Amino acid sequence: MTALSVENVHVSLGTTRALDGVTFAVEPGWTSIVGPNGAGKSTLLRVLAGLLAPDAGDVRLDGKPLASWPPRARGSAIAWLGQPADVQGELTALDVVRLGRLPKLGLFAAPTADDEARVERAMADAECAAWRDRRLQELSGGERQRVLFARALAVGAPVLLLDEPTTHLDPPHQGAMARLLRRQVQAGTSVVSVLHDLSIALLADRVVILAGGRIRASGASDDPALHAALADVFGGAIRVERAGARFVVVPQIET
Amino acid sequence: MSAADERRRWRLAVGLALVTGVLLVAGLAAGGDGWSLGEAWRTWRGADGGLIIGDIRAPRTLGAWLVGALLGFSGATAQGLFRNPLADPYLLGSASGAALGVVLVLAAGTLAGGTFDLATANRLMELGVVGAAFVGALVGVSLTLSLARGVQGTTRLVLSGVIVGVMLSAVGDLVTSAAPDALRGKQTFLLGSTGFLGWTSCAVLAVGAVLTIPLGWRLARALDALALGVDAALSLGVALARVRLALIAALALATGLAVSQAGLVAFVGLVAPHLVRRFAPATHGFTVVASAAMGGALLLAADVLARSLIAPQEIPVGVLTALIGGGYLILLLRRRRAS
Repeated sequence: MTALSVENVHVSLGTTRALDGVTFAVEPGWTSIVGPNGAGKSTLLRVLAGLLAPDAGDVRLDGKPLASWPPRARGSAIAWLGQPADVQGELTALDVVRLGRLPKLGLFAAPTADDEARVERAMADAECAAWRDRRLQELSGGERQRVLFARALAVGAPVLLLDEPTTHLDPPHQGAMARLLRRQVQAGTSVVSVLHDLSIALLADRVVILAGGRIRASGASDDPALHAALADVFGGAIRVERAGARFVVVPQIET
Repeated sequence: MSAADERRRWRLAVGLALVTGVLLVAGLAAGGDGWSLGEAWRTWRGADGGLIIGDIRAPRTLGAWLVGALLGFSGATAQGLFRNPLADPYLLGSASGAALGVVLVLAAGTLAGGTFDLATANRLMELGVVGAAFVGALVGVSLTLSLARGVQGTTRLVLSGVIVGVMLSAVGDLVTSAAPDALRGKQTFLLGSTGFLGWTSCAVLAVGAVLTIPLGWRLARALDALALGVDAALSLGVALARVRLALIAALALATGLAVSQAGLVAFVGLVAPHLVRRFAPATHGFTVVASAAMGGALLLAADVLARSLIAPQEIPVGVLTALIGGGYLILLLRRRRAS
């Protein structure tokens, strides 16, 4: 198993302390990171992906400092999907998903049959093969998000970091995304996702609650103590309820 | 790639090849009496045929294509690198640097208290102005890079380019106010001209094209990754620092050479990639190379028109490209507003 961890990590963004002594190790299975806006969730994910160097603290991949890994080796080990960003150019959905093979191929090598097969599988898994020839700019937010997710899957990395993967997805596709993440976990991938939708976050094996740049609580997603901590972090504005075999988070509308 | 995309690319490639072929012939045929194939044939058969067509029109025609190709390549690369479809190849300060270099050379005699004799002036036109423009372009880019503290922050880089452009233009204005004789030469340079292109220019430009265009094509996958965002490119293992350095060096060389040989030819670098994307949207590998071909064809067309429209007089080619390119961008803007 690929071991990715941060230890006592501090990050300041301008005058804001985004991460304040965070220690966290990616574990097998699916881990959700949740917390209020500005808690440092995306920053933690960027540090884990090697996209942001911390001001202090250690980030290690398989025991070696992450910064010392060659870019392609790091890219092959950790796939990252960021929040929807401004996409430029004329790339088709297929062009975008093919970029997922870039860490393996580099800038110059031609894709092999295996690379093409992985791209096709990723598109099929993310249910975006139908618009393979359409330009990314022409797709709706949800369609685009599925293409970008397929790009992350096409990397075939043992660690998958996802920042708000369900953004723009309608409820059926949010469910499909959760099932797909579960399948990835069964295939041996460690998944870490930042999620605003707390009901989907509670489908993970483990939940980490971040607030003010610090980890406030972590534990199994069905742990009542975790549910209490979650309600506490959101100032009592939510409550966690059981719905059959799973849990849902309900906003407290009553004053 | 879909079959429709492939067809569009083939159509564009064949179309560009045909148009370029026709324009090359037109470039050889366009002279002081306007544009005429019969006249060109008679000139070729005449006593001065080798000189007029072989040593004047042929290098001018080929040179115009090469300058346009370097600008088209630079435009496509700059737009990919800066993730901005309105990025211009001159935005790193090369244009203002080159203009200042030219002004300094032209004003040197006046500022030194004397005037040039004809021979010196000619030599300066052949060597001094071209060399000064190239050195000036490189100085402009170097100042931009040092102000931006490298090539990693693209916003900082673009802003630094604007600052350097304004500052160097101001210095150029200061020099011309002290040495007004340089004003005319500066104006000629700013308007852009293919009239001074000879075989030496062609050789220099061709070396530039061989050094830069294949490099841009080879690194095009990094530009594709960059289209998804800087973080996405980094997460895909792209060594962005090295890629940016290589592509900015290529940009500086390509624009520096183009500017030094033909002055400030406006809009070709901006418009050529837009036209390519309009006719055949594709990944950067195709766009970068096709933009070079499109830029070459555009400047070649502008050069033929510049020589033919009011023959025997010539319109500065930069004025034509600015009018045509500006008109195209207005059209693009109206279409976008409508959609």
